[in-house]
Amino acid sequence: MGLTFSEKVLGGKAGRAVRAGEVVTVSPDFVLSHDNSAAILQEFNKLGLSRVRRPDKIVIVLDHIVPASEEKYAQNHKSIREFVAEQGIPHFFDVHRGVCHQVFMEEGFALPGRLVVGSDSHTTSYGALAAFAAGIGRTETASIWATDEIWLRVPETIKIEFRGKFPAAVSAKDAALKLIGDGGADMADYRAVEFDGPAAREFSVASRFVLCNMAAEMGAKNGYFPPDEVTREWLAGRTKEAYQPVVSDSDARYEKTLAYDLSVLAPQVACPHTVDNVKPVTEVEGTKFHQGLIGTCTNGRLEDLEAAAGILKGRKVHKAVRVLILPASLEVYAEASRRGLLTVFAEAGCLILNPGCGPCLGAHQGIMAAGEVTLSTANRNFKGRMGSRDSQIYLASPATVAASALYGVITDPRKVLR
Amino acid sequence: MKGKVWKYGDNVNTDVIYAGKYTYAILRPEEMAEHALEDLDPEFAKKVRPGDVMVAGRNFGCGSSREQAAACLKAAGVQAVVAKSFARIYYRNAINLGLPVLQSPEAVEALRAGDEVEVDFAAGKIRSGSREFIFPAFPPSVLGILEAGGLIEYTRKKLKNWGQTKLSC
Repeated sequence: MGLTFSEKVLGGKAGRAVRAGEVVTVSPDFVLSHDNSAAILQEFNKLGLSRVRRPDKIVIVLDHIVPASEEKYAQNHKSIREFVAEQGIPHFFDVHRGVCHQVFMEEGFALPGRLVVGSDSHTTSYGALAAFAAGIGRTETASIWATDEIWLRVPETIKIEFRGKFPAAVSAKDAALKLIGDGGADMADYRAVEFDGPAAREFSVASRFVLCNMAAEMGAKNGYFPPDEVTREWLAGRTKEAYQPVVSDSDARYEKTLAYDLSVLAPQVACPHTVDNVKPVTEVEGTKFHQGLIGTCTNGRLEDLEAAAGILKGRKVHKAVRVLILPASLEVYAEASRRGLLTVFAEAGCLILNPGCGPCLGAHQGIMAAGEVTLSTANRNFKGRMGSRDSQIYLASPATVAASALYGVITDPRKVLR
Repeated sequence: MKGKVWKYGDNVNTDVIYAGKYTYAILRPEEMAEHALEDLDPEFAKKVRPGDVMVAGRNFGCGSSREQAAACLKAAGVQAVVAKSFARIYYRNAINLGLPVLQSPEAVEALRAGDEVEVDFAAGKIRSGSREFIFPAFPPSVLGILEAGGLIEYTRKKLKNWGQTKLSC
């Protein structure tokens, strides 16, 4: 019986052959943190060490509340900058760079076969580039800073095979929502999710990112697309480091295999207040909303902004809604500017935010009042997440949010295609 | 220690346990406790007593990696969380902070809000009146952390042991 990707990566790090279910103590290639580095630092200080063990493995990106909206957040950022300088941490990215997951990939830290952990649940995203990447907590991040070690259980693997081509106005986000709606928010708890099949190989890195990012909403430990020419092309020019692609053996053991035909997929919407409360857009059309959010780490890359701009170009956002555009990174922002997308959004009446996490986690930049509804391309719609506990969040693709923005009610994007 | 059951459903997520708007402010444990479960059950933080037990369905703690979702319950005096299953990062965080997370679908089915319960960690049993429910033993990796009183203590001991070996070279 062969080995899965996860068994190979964790076994390689542990220095012995391992199978799903075993627990290994391993040294990660990188450990990511963001604004929560200030809290991690407090835990680290309890350990009584003056130096972190491997400053070169620490990656810190300030993204959650950027630029600081209140003095207490400014103080967090300041203490993180001071710590970075003291410890000589080379991989630090300040408030202007964008969401940590996007920046981490753009900077070439996520490479095929690498082991990455991060104190953010959407660390799973780096499976888009065939890394093994899992979210962890703050205290264990502090412990890794001190010891360069973490225990991990080797996960069982669920394989999801995609075939067929997306119909017009349907994208990776719709596939992710459909999967979670069918399988539930714990469909992959503690497990690895491997995305494969002929259609998966056609996915861009941005689309792979969407699925691996949303794997966190399936409860997964990590998501993974096998590395291929798409991976290599994306990484060319972003890293000079050699990497060894790792793939599952053809006779690897999967807990189960699910198959999806993308050609019959309709646009999907996750309704309040759970990500698995998913319906086809046709069942929720006409639902009023007050705020649209296009972007975030889930759907804030160029292909997402292009999909939205394609619909909004030359049209106006409905007067009853406000639409926020949130590019995932400065790199995306600059390229969107070069391609004229930001002008399209501005002329349509959208508000363009600086790259970062923005209102997604409910700390600033677009908080909802009681009774308000947001239609968002982000990854979570939990009760109260973006403001009042009496507000609501619907999740959808960039095309669905853009089409809906034109009418002020949830709208099937297939109706507005040109 | 005996306590009262607080009962909730499936997929209790980290946003309703501890809202994102408090996540990036560094608060003291007692301040965290005041916001526990604010968006799910505003009565909880006012009425919870030390030794109370939270009982919930599947996938408890799904969502964010925010550790305060475990810290705030511990600070509120919750003795243990009993659920049908736990989201993986929540499970790790709870162990790392010394909040016992016990998997027992039978106990979840049987227990009602307000029931008086007692957790016997040594015997691996949850008792309520004449009823008894077992929970599986923790794996060795987890037990070591719980026995040390959380990951910080565990790591401190590990570093001390390394003092003679790894760190000196």
